[in-house]
Amino acid sequence: MRHLTYVAVLAGCLLGTLPLEIVLRTRVYARWRRWLLAVAPTVVVFVGWDLYAISRGHWTYDLGRMTGILLPGDLPLDEVLFFVVTPTCAILAFEAVRAVRGWRVGDEPESQRERVR
Amino acid sequence: MSYTQLAVLGVLGAVLVDTVLLRTWLLRRRTYWTAYAIVLFFQLVANGIFTGLDIVRYDPDAILGPRIAYAPVEDLLFGFAMVTATLSSWVWLGRRGVRT
Repeated sequence: MRHLTYVAVLAGCLLGTLPLEIVLRTRVYARWRRWLLAVAPTVVVFVGWDLYAISRGHWTYDLGRMTGILLPGDLPLDEVLFFVVTPTCAILAFEAVRAVRGWRVGDEPESQRERVR
Repeated sequence: MSYTQLAVLGVLGAVLVDTVLLRTWLLRRRTYWTAYAIVLFFQLVANGIFTGLDIVRYDPDAILGPRIAYAPVEDLLFGFAMVTATLSSWVWLGRRGVRT
C-alpha cells in the first residue's frame, strides 16, 4: 500500500471536495467541457515545468511512495494526476465561494449591465 | 534557472494572464481571494505530507532555503501561479460563453 501514498493524498482532495459539487451545486464536473478547457493549459504548462525541474534535479521523488509508473522524461504518472487534481479542487473551491457568498466574478451573463452601472 | 527564479516567473506569468492576456482581473475579486485562502490551507496540508514524508525532496541549490510546513517557500509561489492561471481561464471561458 506504501506506493499508493501519493495518489491517496490526491484521492483525499477529490473526495473532500466532492460534497461541494453535490451540496453546493458548484457544477464543475457537470460543466465538463469548460472544466477540460480550463485545466488542460495548466496541465501542459506545469508538466513542462516539472519535466524541466526533473531534468535539472530541482526535485526528486521517492518512487516507493508513488505508483512507480514513469512517463517519458522520468515524469511520475502521480505528478500528472497532481496537475489535474489541484486545479480541479481550486475551481471547486472558487465555485463553492461563489455559491455561498454570491459575489460577482465577472463571467455572469448580465455582467455587461454591471459594467454600465 | 533555479526553482526560485522559475517560481517568481510563474507568479508574474499568472498575474499577466489574469490582468493582460485574459483580462479577468480576478486579483480584484473577493471570490478569488477567499477561494485562494481555502486552497492555500489545504496546499499546506498536502505539501506537508509530500515533503514531510520525504516523497518529494528538493535540491538545496535550487531553492532559497526557508520552509513552511516542511515545503520550500517556492511551493507557495508555484501553487499561486497554478491556481490563479487556472481560475482565470475558467472565468474567461465562462465569459466567452463556454457554459457546459
